[in-house]
Amino acid sequence: MFKFFLIKLAQLVPTFIGVTIVAFAFIRLLPGDPILLMAGERGISAERYAQLESQMGFDRSLVVQYLDFLKGLLHGDLGNSLVTHAPVMDEFMSRFPATLELSLFALAFAVIIGLPAGVLAAVKRGKTLDHTIMGVSLTGYSMPIFWWGLLLIMLFSSTLGWTPVSGRISYMYFIEPVTGFMTIDSLIAGDWGAFLSALHYLILPSIVLGTIPLAVIARQTRSSMLEVLGEDYVRTARAKGLSNFRVIMVHTLRNALISVVTVIGLQVGLLLAGAILTETIFSWPGIGKWMIDAISRRDYPSVQGGLVLIAFIVMIVNLLVDLAYGVINPRIRH
Amino acid sequence: MKKTLLAAGIAAMMTGATPVMAKTLVYCSEGSPEGFDPSLYTAGTTFDASSKTIYNRLVQFKPGTTEVEPAIAESWDVSDDGLEVTFHLRDDVKFQTTDYFTPSRALDADDVIWTFERQMDENNPYYKLANGSFEYFNAMSMGDLIESIDKVDDHTVKFVLTEPNAPFVANLAMDFASIHSKEYEQQLLDEGKPELANQQPIGTGPFQFVNYREDAAIRYQANPDYFRGKQPIDNLVFAITSDAQVRYQKLMAGECQVMPFPNPSDVEAMQQNADINVLEEAGLNVAYLAYNTQMAPFDKPEVRKALNMAINKQAIIDAVFQGAGQVAKNPIPPSMWGYNDAIQDDPYDPEKAEQMLKDAGVENLKMNIWAMPVQRPYMPNARRTAELMQSDLSKVGVDAQIVTYEWGEYLKRSSDVNRDGAVILGWTGDNGDPDNFLGVLLGCDGVGGANRSQWCYQPFDELIQKARTLDSQEERAKLYEQAQEIFKEQAPWDTLAHSTVFMPLRKEVTGYKIDPLGGHSFEGVDIE
Repeated sequence: MFKFFLIKLAQLVPTFIGVTIVAFAFIRLLPGDPILLMAGERGISAERYAQLESQMGFDRSLVVQYLDFLKGLLHGDLGNSLVTHAPVMDEFMSRFPATLELSLFALAFAVIIGLPAGVLAAVKRGKTLDHTIMGVSLTGYSMPIFWWGLLLIMLFSSTLGWTPVSGRISYMYFIEPVTGFMTIDSLIAGDWGAFLSALHYLILPSIVLGTIPLAVIARQTRSSMLEVLGEDYVRTARAKGLSNFRVIMVHTLRNALISVVTVIGLQVGLLLAGAILTETIFSWPGIGKWMIDAISRRDYPSVQGGLVLIAFIVMIVNLLVDLAYGVINPRIRH
Repeated sequence: MKKTLLAAGIAAMMTGATPVMAKTLVYCSEGSPEGFDPSLYTAGTTFDASSKTIYNRLVQFKPGTTEVEPAIAESWDVSDDGLEVTFHLRDDVKFQTTDYFTPSRALDADDVIWTFERQMDENNPYYKLANGSFEYFNAMSMGDLIESIDKVDDHTVKFVLTEPNAPFVANLAMDFASIHSKEYEQQLLDEGKPELANQQPIGTGPFQFVNYREDAAIRYQANPDYFRGKQPIDNLVFAITSDAQVRYQKLMAGECQVMPFPNPSDVEAMQQNADINVLEEAGLNVAYLAYNTQMAPFDKPEVRKALNMAINKQAIIDAVFQGAGQVAKNPIPPSMWGYNDAIQDDPYDPEKAEQMLKDAGVENLKMNIWAMPVQRPYMPNARRTAELMQSDLSKVGVDAQIVTYEWGEYLKRSSDVNRDGAVILGWTGDNGDPDNFLGVLLGCDGVGGANRSQWCYQPFDELIQKARTLDSQEERAKLYEQAQEIFKEQAPWDTLAHSTVFMPLRKEVTGYKIDPLGGHSFEGVDIE
């Protein structure tokens, strides 16, 4: 098992170097220039431009800039934001828990609804229930997030008044961040009102962000359930006279889960991507919204640093999924 | 855990049992501030969150106007040669007392001098900390303009200028000139953490900083020691909401009481909503089409005039601004002093335009029209505007191609003296002075920079230069009126539009005034 882990870890190194190159090049390939954007309609004198350029270090060759970026990265230093002048690492770390909290709630929502829905569809294969579940999940999968979010806000927040429109917690509460998870921090602070408020604010964004993963999980569960249901050992189990419930939940679902877990793991990358739109709609103070702002201001250090960190997180999650996979299915280890 | 008074106040409000309630106003702001030190930044969003709430300046714009009135300085006098401006400071202005700072003295001349020194003196530690990047101070050429700042006594400060400059006093009402506490910043320097001034601001303004949760909310409370008296509301919250649709939903749900920058297409529905008032005012801005007057055939005024007459501006107002604007005939907006209302705009007359082009010997003209890729306060949709122009121009035999670039690139390339084509662009005033439009956008100094028509015309430039040195507003206005006549005759631009600013707020909010300069201030605002 340990050897398996080391091999997987070693495989990450070239990927990570590739990511740093892409992240570095991406924001520089985009047309636009942070100094010009800051100067706006007024423009800026060539002299002042040169001065700022050299302060920001953009007058050096790209290779030198890249090596400098790599060197900083190895020391855990991603440079300072061009806009706020604060270290990119601090900016990222103060916002990442918000994204993680939202993603986990969205994932929980997707699994809690998606898994049983998939099982049900497989068991009732070809029946109306199956068609309904698959139809709804196809709709969910093709839902444009922005439109879906606004639709829910208009219905549940503006019209019915059940949920807040946007934000992370009511402005009545100010919880000192400890873990950065609003739900946990409010409990640490012993403030029930804040905890309930945080949950209340999580409902709509979790549903919106969880919709696509839910559809993917439901469909994947259904198809791998069907595959396993056709296996000999399931027939044997039935022949032995086991209850239908036991056959499905123990013999089928457990084996079907292997591919479902992989799919759930793959959703993490999707969730982080989806978080960008979801956070924009719900004014959620996470890294998605922060990245969008940084890109529109061409804040090079924030964008390249943010991309590398996000890629790093996705890679680690995928590594964990591979390991979990090894635990569930020992054959993979070799 | 720190639970603010705010929470108690709201809880009281919800149960409705307590007679004394804290009044909280929530403003759905459009973005996160870059920081809280207004001298470092140029974005309006940052100024709303810092200079407009926490700070004051020597002088200020009278709310809802561009007129300069006293603030920290109760009066000022200008010497006869225009080179010395002396400010007399109030003696009852106190800096805010917060968790992180308790002032030991009231504001005095040292604070004023410190405020400008930190932006221009290379030896000032704050200058070094920021690498001198005080962009607004630099952009307004303040460093070149100020020869020295002298302390006459504790409450009198004298600015000595390198040349007479009438807009100078108005510049001091701008956000970058917000007065900082020397005592506080010295204390931070002694503690070795000067950068905190940008995160935990101290000013003299109507609201004091409580805390900021990145990208989520900024809280303020009314400054009890404010020199104009405590504000009617107790707490002010900026709920950061970047999407205009979502701000509108929040306003309807009562999650905030005031929102800026509505989508133009939502304004009509808002006006019909019984809970919402929509304030509106002509913005201090202009949108224009700038020809490159250094390139044939656009170097001839009659060609530029003919093209102006071929373009139907009212159609652009109707289709692109959806009525939220007015046709511009002058380069400065009508609410500004010095506006020449006697000017006759060149009428929309395609037949005459065609004839004029023929007379000028221009046939089968091909030209480029540059359309900005972004929405700006003065221009909701440049692409659509360009398309309307293109079809108007084709009717007089001009073949126009629309070009565009990424925004930063657009700004840079459009400044180039050798640029090919006419550029759609605009401007929002900084200080309410006509020089800020006519001088910056059309003066000879601006060629290759903010002067997008690359137009350096001596008779016009002489008037502008002269007006800058005069102290009397009346005399200056006369010169600007003449300058506008010359402008119209020479037509370096087609003046397109002045847009209207909308400010939706809930019915219970009173006392809000739209700032023509584009800022958002909550001084004097109350909730019923």
